[in-house]
Amino acid sequence: MTLPFAIIAGLTVGSAIAAMSLRNLVHCALSLVVTFAGLAALFLQLNAQFVGFAQVLVYVGAVAILIVFAILLTRSAEPGPPASMTTGAGWGIGIAVAAFLAMAGAVTSSVVMQRTAPPPSDLTVRAIGHKLMTDYVLPLEVIGLLLTAAMIGAVIIAMQERKSKP
Amino acid sequence: MAEQLDQLFVHLKHWLVGHLPDAWQPLASILLSITPVLMVFPGLFALTTVIERKGLGRIQNRRGPNRVGIPLTNIRLAGFGQFIADGIKALIKEDVVPRAADKVVHFLAPIALVVPVLLAYSVLPFGRNMVPLDLDAGVLFFFAVGSATELCLFMAGWSSHNKYSLLGAMRAIAQMISYELPLILSGVAVIMVTGTLSLPKIVEAQNVYTGTIAHWHVFTPWGLAGFILFFISSLAEANRSPFDMPEAESEIIAGYFVEYSGFKFALFFLGEYLGLFAVAGFGITLFLGGWTAPFSWLTWIPSWAWFMGKLVTMIAIYIWIRGTVPRLRADQLMNFAWKFMLPMALLNIVVTGLWHFTELAGWNIVVRWLVCAGILIVPYLLLGRAFKAKVGQREYRYAS
Repeated sequence: MTLPFAIIAGLTVGSAIAAMSLRNLVHCALSLVVTFAGLAALFLQLNAQFVGFAQVLVYVGAVAILIVFAILLTRSAEPGPPASMTTGAGWGIGIAVAAFLAMAGAVTSSVVMQRTAPPPSDLTVRAIGHKLMTDYVLPLEVIGLLLTAAMIGAVIIAMQERKSKP
Repeated sequence: MAEQLDQLFVHLKHWLVGHLPDAWQPLASILLSITPVLMVFPGLFALTTVIERKGLGRIQNRRGPNRVGIPLTNIRLAGFGQFIADGIKALIKEDVVPRAADKVVHFLAPIALVVPVLLAYSVLPFGRNMVPLDLDAGVLFFFAVGSATELCLFMAGWSSHNKYSLLGAMRAIAQMISYELPLILSGVAVIMVTGTLSLPKIVEAQNVYTGTIAHWHVFTPWGLAGFILFFISSLAEANRSPFDMPEAESEIIAGYFVEYSGFKFALFFLGEYLGLFAVAGFGITLFLGGWTAPFSWLTWIPSWAWFMGKLVTMIAIYIWIRGTVPRLRADQLMNFAWKFMLPMALLNIVVTGLWHFTELAGWNIVVRWLVCAGILIVPYLLLGRAFKAKVGQREYRYAS
């Protein structure tokens, strides 16, 4: 474990915990952005430039804005009264620990741990583009169709609202 | 000699790094790449604030700043000492934080704005062999850090607990998201033709000469249309006039940074101008040939001089537009982005494909020019006419 990895991982996990436990919803959203950025940095550590930058562009640039707008438009951002602790906290912690131990056991005993790291492959954007346009062209087209349908749907919803106004 | 001058800074850096012990060389190399960026562009920002005020003054038939020179002497420097006075003023001003403000987010917002803007410079090629970080996905990196600034505007607007600043932030984000689309789509055309996301390679692709004229992308029909789309979107991305609605003093008392004073305000100012320079440099790299010369008999001028010359010209055009074009209303701004810029940018991508394949098919260049330009101009005229019919003559209800 190198030092940069430790810093990035600590930041990612810390901000993820903050995103779950902070009282103010906007603070939670902002810590979630730090988590997204940390994940992007982890991708960059693995030499996956395209995925890392796409992560920043999509999650920090778009999804975070969407979350923030949703918070502001749906409810007051003022922190409410602190919620009382649930009585089953002990149960919850117990189940969480058990689940973690089960997963850790499964991972350490699986073949993943015995596998040696493959040689660093040619992860250029060009290679990804070729793959997308040849081997994975059908999924790409399906996603494109889905996104177009979503966009047209959004436009239709926005148009109907305007028509019913006068 | 020309070659020496062209590579002056590269050689200087290698010479400096060469004097250090081996263990320090990587660190010194990184520092010597970053430091000039951190010195040159904020310096350019300082000069631009003065030039902009003087230029706007001239456009509005007044003089602009012409007093401040070197302190304690009578030398006035035609007002070019103004930025020093402004900087000192910003530094020693009281930093007022509203009582209701979210202190941590309020403090972090200006810093979080300047960091991605400065990061954007790391992929720009300032000259031959002069790129701080040659990333394989440089274009994507630029767009990614550019999109990270929007959240900082929200942080600033929300944490101030002021409805005007929140309104300003909402407007700014809506505008930036809308204009990011044509910005990226006009860049896609360049990526399609050059087949790479690396900025130095995009410049190399334009460093080819037919006869004496360079193969700049702006010299093709799709490149010209793409550059105009990119230029308009860059104005909106940088919140520049005529798209400066988010920070219009006369509309919403200055937008998302209402509650900022002193040096934090100066940081917003700095971030905005640095963002403008970065996106201008990016446009130069994509469409205006980066550091290459337009004619082959001008290649003796050093490459970095070409880049800086183009950048200064772009800044002058930005100032000129700010002084002459009236501000758009918020709904006009959105309509323009979604109903005009976006369809034209999508059409431009189709035309780019057509241009590429007719080149492969060996068509005559004049025929290709006419066909591609026609496909772009006819929808442009039709869209413009539809806009005019819908908007009509502007009525000033209370003024007439």
